[in-house]
Amino acid sequence: MAVVENAVRPTAGTRIITGNEAMALGAKLCRVQVVAAYPITPQSQVTEKLSEFVEGGKLAAEYVTVESEHSALSVCIGASTVGARAFTATSANGLAYMCELIHWAAGARLPLVMGCVNRAMAAPWNVLNDQQDSMSQRDAGWIQIYARNNQEIIDTVIQAYKIAEQVYVPVMVCYDGYILSHTVMPVDVPPQKAVDAFLPSYTPHTILDPADPRNLNQVTLADPRMDAEGTLCHGYMELRYLLQEAIEQSADVIAAVDEEYGNTFGRRWGGVTWDYRAGDAEVILMAAGSLASEATVAVDALRAQGYKAGVVGVRVYRPFPQRALQEATRRAKLVVVFDKSLSYGYQGPICADLKAALCAVESAPVVHGCVAGLGGRDVKARELVDTVKESLRHLEEGKPIKEPIWVNCQI
Amino acid sequence: MKTKLLDLPEEEYMLPGNRACAGCSLAIATRYILKALEGNAILVVPASCFTVLGGMYPVSSVRLPWMNVTFPSTAASASGVAAGLKALGKSNGPTATTVVAFAGDGGTVDIGLQALSGAAERNEDILYICYDNEAYMNTGTQRSSATPLGAKTATTPVLGKQQHPKDMVSIMEAHGVCYIATASPSYPADLYDKVAKARTKKGTRYIHVSAPCPPGWGFPTKDTVKVGRLSIECGAVVLLEIEDGVLRLTGKSKTLAEHGGLKPLQDFMAVQRRFSRVDAAVLADLQGWVDARWNGYVKRSAERAVPQS
Repeated sequence: MAVVENAVRPTAGTRIITGNEAMALGAKLCRVQVVAAYPITPQSQVTEKLSEFVEGGKLAAEYVTVESEHSALSVCIGASTVGARAFTATSANGLAYMCELIHWAAGARLPLVMGCVNRAMAAPWNVLNDQQDSMSQRDAGWIQIYARNNQEIIDTVIQAYKIAEQVYVPVMVCYDGYILSHTVMPVDVPPQKAVDAFLPSYTPHTILDPADPRNLNQVTLADPRMDAEGTLCHGYMELRYLLQEAIEQSADVIAAVDEEYGNTFGRRWGGVTWDYRAGDAEVILMAAGSLASEATVAVDALRAQGYKAGVVGVRVYRPFPQRALQEATRRAKLVVVFDKSLSYGYQGPICADLKAALCAVESAPVVHGCVAGLGGRDVKARELVDTVKESLRHLEEGKPIKEPIWVNCQI
Repeated sequence: MKTKLLDLPEEEYMLPGNRACAGCSLAIATRYILKALEGNAILVVPASCFTVLGGMYPVSSVRLPWMNVTFPSTAASASGVAAGLKALGKSNGPTATTVVAFAGDGGTVDIGLQALSGAAERNEDILYICYDNEAYMNTGTQRSSATPLGAKTATTPVLGKQQHPKDMVSIMEAHGVCYIATASPSYPADLYDKVAKARTKKGTRYIHVSAPCPPGWGFPTKDTVKVGRLSIECGAVVLLEIEDGVLRLTGKSKTLAEHGGLKPLQDFMAVQRRFSRVDAAVLADLQGWVDARWNGYVKRSAERAVPQS
């Protein structure tokens, strides 16, 4: 795992764009063939951009203007089943409305890519950012990648199709609402020819064709069962094992695709995780998405004050990068995890998963879990610094700390 | 196009054996629908009795590509299949595959109505077939919004259903789709012709197939075809098609409209246990509802039959 520095050097392809435009441009560069999306704040600009591309003749795709997110993902499932590369994007309640299709797409092993513009879940209504929406779908069988800036959004969409179409597992590309979706940044837009060379065309695992009729995803019993020729075929549990196996193995595919992307386009994003000044760090700040970027600023401040601090960013949350995180935190004495979501009644999901991953590690660091930035509550670098210092103080004094630690919660 | 029963193609697309209940009219309907599709279709099927009929992995009872989808998403999933085929350049020409959404009444009239309305408004190039057994038969006969007034179901066990069913023909007509038809497996040639005609059209097409259900309606399995015929002879089901806004009665319904002889609804109800507790007031309500609809259809079809000067 290397330190990843991807300063955008202005080139002919550099544009100043929002995260949403980066997402739409990424989908366009992948030559998606069917787009179905329903507007929801803060994702709407993705749907607008893509319809502009399709209506303007810049993208040869069918744009299905569905009446709901449930139908958006259903359309993508139908299109992908007959062999078309399909794309959708949503946020928060839209993602929740898709829920049964999210499970379905994974079980059907369809290599869809969906943008999730992370937004807080209602009630009460809130259109601002946290990651409760996608984190709530972590057990559905999708690969989840969290981008930390707009350049990573466009690069990750392109990588996502390559990953999905190799392992036949759908990929959710998550990025923070407003913080990235509505913030302009310089983004190097890769040339179409290079993307075409990088991303081969999509071949479905099973062709749905009258010439070779098959019944896909019909009722499947718990136990294996024989077909008409007497061949024993998988039961439900075996099919689920294969899904798990594919997602576990996708970690290597994700790393390989990121490396190939780096060789082709000059940018790598660390595969499943990334780090910043973490090599000799005694205290590690861990987060996903733009909050992890913010943590790099906090780490610089902590270093300036004499703390050996570093960041380990969770780029891929599913498959959970267990080995990479065990290795990245091996030398630290404390890991402070900042989750922008919460498994209500327990802890933040990244924190809980990290603790489980470190159970098997001898002399593992202490892990403190924090909840930050819910419903768009601003998280400043100095708040991260203060939280880490407080956490360290508890550790040094041997005092237990009440978890999760609520960052800047004024109650 | 008026095909005679003996002229129907011999080619079978249903394989020997399926998992439908004894006497299931859906099995009869499917046989003729698939003949009309001539094997060149992709079936999009939500949770329903049809899912059961299709068999369990790794065995299928039909020789057509079949995609199972979630309960509310039939029309949206079919839209996706159609969009995918179009994007891949496979949606035009003489060999174009028909995308057939095939759902029950619960999957259409209740949970699938939003997706169907969306698809119809977008005029998606799909043929949507609803087979209407007038309740959630696959889960054990719970009422749907297609269940008739007075019918006993597992969720209207004492009083019977208190409302008339939704009028899907009018709902689809309000969407302005190019072809709407009703059909019955008791009149297979009429059903065959309607599916065959619908196949030749582009855009959203809707066929509502009445599907008598022996265990759900409460009649002997040997009487399926007879009960289906009675439903039409009594006006509970009306065979029609609406093509570009023009309503035409077909088959037995056309004969009844032209020559009279519509039987009282009581004859149809008396052979089914689900109506066993219907009292005189509900019966009168039901008969009035059926009469009003029948008279409306007859009047409308007669208006169109007058030659335009």
